[in-house]
Amino acid sequence: MARLSRRKRKAQAQLEEQGYISRSQGQMIWRAFRRHRIGNIGTVVVLLFVLVAIFAQFIGPYHYAKQYRTQPFAPPSIVHWRDDDGSLSRPYVYATTRTIDTTTYQVTYVEDTSTKYYIRFFVSGGSEHRLLGLIPTTMHLFGARADDGSVTQVFVFGTDMLGRDLFTRCLVGSWVSLAVGPLVILIAFPLGIVLGGVSGYYGGGVDMFIQRACEVMLAIPGLPILMAMGAALRGFGLSAMIVFFGVIVALAIVSWGGLARVIRGQVLAIREMDFVTAARAAGATDLRIVLRHIIPNVTSYLVVAATLQIPGMMLTEAALSFLGYGIQEPMTSWGQLLNVATNISAIELHPWVLIPGAFIVVSVLAFNFMGDALRDAVDPYSII
Amino acid sequence: MLTYIIRRTLYMLPLLLIVSLISFTLIKIMPGDFLTQARLNPQITEETLQAQIERFGLDRSFMVQYWFWLKNIVTRGDFGMSFDTKMPVYKTLFMGNRLQWTVFIALTTLIIQYLFAIPIGIYSATHQYKPSDHVVTFLGFLGLSIPNFFFALVLLWLLVVVFDVGSYGLTVSGVMDLHFYNEGWSWAKIVNILWHMWPVWLVIGTSGMAGLIRLMRGNLLDTLSLPYVQTARAKGLNERIVIYKHAVRNAINPLVTILGLSLPGLVAGSIVTAIILGLPTVGLSYFNALQRQDENVIMAGLLFFSLFLLIGNLIADFLLAWVDPRIRYD
Repeated sequence: MARLSRRKRKAQAQLEEQGYISRSQGQMIWRAFRRHRIGNIGTVVVLLFVLVAIFAQFIGPYHYAKQYRTQPFAPPSIVHWRDDDGSLSRPYVYATTRTIDTTTYQVTYVEDTSTKYYIRFFVSGGSEHRLLGLIPTTMHLFGARADDGSVTQVFVFGTDMLGRDLFTRCLVGSWVSLAVGPLVILIAFPLGIVLGGVSGYYGGGVDMFIQRACEVMLAIPGLPILMAMGAALRGFGLSAMIVFFGVIVALAIVSWGGLARVIRGQVLAIREMDFVTAARAAGATDLRIVLRHIIPNVTSYLVVAATLQIPGMMLTEAALSFLGYGIQEPMTSWGQLLNVATNISAIELHPWVLIPGAFIVVSVLAFNFMGDALRDAVDPYSII
Repeated sequence: MLTYIIRRTLYMLPLLLIVSLISFTLIKIMPGDFLTQARLNPQITEETLQAQIERFGLDRSFMVQYWFWLKNIVTRGDFGMSFDTKMPVYKTLFMGNRLQWTVFIALTTLIIQYLFAIPIGIYSATHQYKPSDHVVTFLGFLGLSIPNFFFALVLLWLLVVVFDVGSYGLTVSGVMDLHFYNEGWSWAKIVNILWHMWPVWLVIGTSGMAGLIRLMRGNLLDTLSLPYVQTARAKGLNERIVIYKHAVRNAINPLVTILGLSLPGLVAGSIVTAIILGLPTVGLSYFNALQRQDENVIMAGLLFFSLFLLIGNLIADFLLAWVDPRIRYD
């Protein structure tokens, strides 16, 4: 909770002495937000995802690009809880080898029950990575080690075509998928605010011109043009990072039109209010009116609009990457991980490739709940 | 009203012009062209290559190429040749009945979305805060959060692998079983089409329904708290009449307003679903053209989608003027 300015705090303290309870707008919004139970759950889930994204390489047992060529499309490892005699034991896995049935030519992964590899936590000796991007370490959250120290792989979500651990790739891809929304907002919102604000505040010719521009942007079909932009980016053969930023810029270009419209509406509503007319009559400059009156009243709606845009951005990026026109290798995102699941035979043989989709659903759902709670909290007319 | 129609239609033209310029620029920026493959092929001689280049006008300047392309469209309605299929772009994009299917899928999805969202919204508002309301809201949010392509994939997997509908003689992809394409209309064909279409409606429809349900619910709640509803109840009217004859009619208004806004989502959803479920739509043609960098088809496709959006918005505005007596467009 942001600390109120000293002046405001003094004013609140004064009122409290007289027996009144005083709250600022921010405090009221916070209280209303906290009352929205589902929204709070959503916020917690979002924070969890962010945490996981930060520690992705630590939580994931293997390097996200490491290919275990002997185990392509391996199914998720089966974790055993019971000893041979049926009693509970520490969880362990068996090493698996890829075998081809000689009659049906079907590929199966057969367990080698000779050695038990126990799941241990905070194991060292894994792939080298940097914790928080700073501290080089080889420690991972968990791993499979036998008593004699030998190692096998535990694939929580199975592997992909090149034998890369899907679990680690989901975790590493999470920061990309989560970052897309805020980054697009970072670019599109200032543009939308400035243009929408100028358009709404000044009206007249400027308003007409900017509105026409917004209409052009809205007439452009979103996904088709993004697909074409993605194809162009991909064709240039640039590095994955540049493509990533290219996708973000493309998304921002496509979405600023709608944002500017919304902001213009808000600014128009505030502009007609009496206190603005009073300020103008008192001789306030335009700049002062904008900074002192319009922006504080519009901010809460802007924050809500921004939060509600994020799920849409995430879904669009996922669709783009799924089609192959978004995030490129070697970068990962959840949509890109689903890229292999284009036909039914792939899904039939390896259903675990669909798991990244579940990540998308849960995170987008969490953002939606969070944004919904925020919207209800900010709305002065809602009855909570 | 007529002047409004004419004005809006004329207004579409400059918009389409700008969209055409953007599309053209975007395609020309893309590295390589359809001749890239040919260039790498040592068997094709320089002369053939040069002849192709001249034939397709690829050696001219940017503005000249754009001018030629635009002139062909406006004067002759000729969108050029598809480099991939060697057919006119018009035929490639609208191969078979793709245009009809695209419109059919879009219209039916829209209608079904509203058909389901309105009763569910009404139910949600009349049973506010009861467990069923929470369940409905949650399901709505879930539908909003599932990516279209993921839903389509999971549905495909469930039907084909888990429930194994193949063993009942049913297929899932496409809009109808293959043999029906050549047959005439019959009840069997219609039933078959319905069977193929329900996953499509489910996938594309659910993402838009959440917003509609919440909007309907919110508006109805607001309307039900207005004085005239209180009067109606005080008069002793049946609650059902109060809700349906008076409140709902007024609460529906904003839903018609956002009809236009739901179109881009509809287009995007239908493209992705068409790719996964193999539906014969313009979106699929566009995707294929994009894969093969078939420039003319891509540009025409972008123009088509833009036109689709503009016309859709026009129709939506008409619907609004028809439903809301306060809006007059003269």
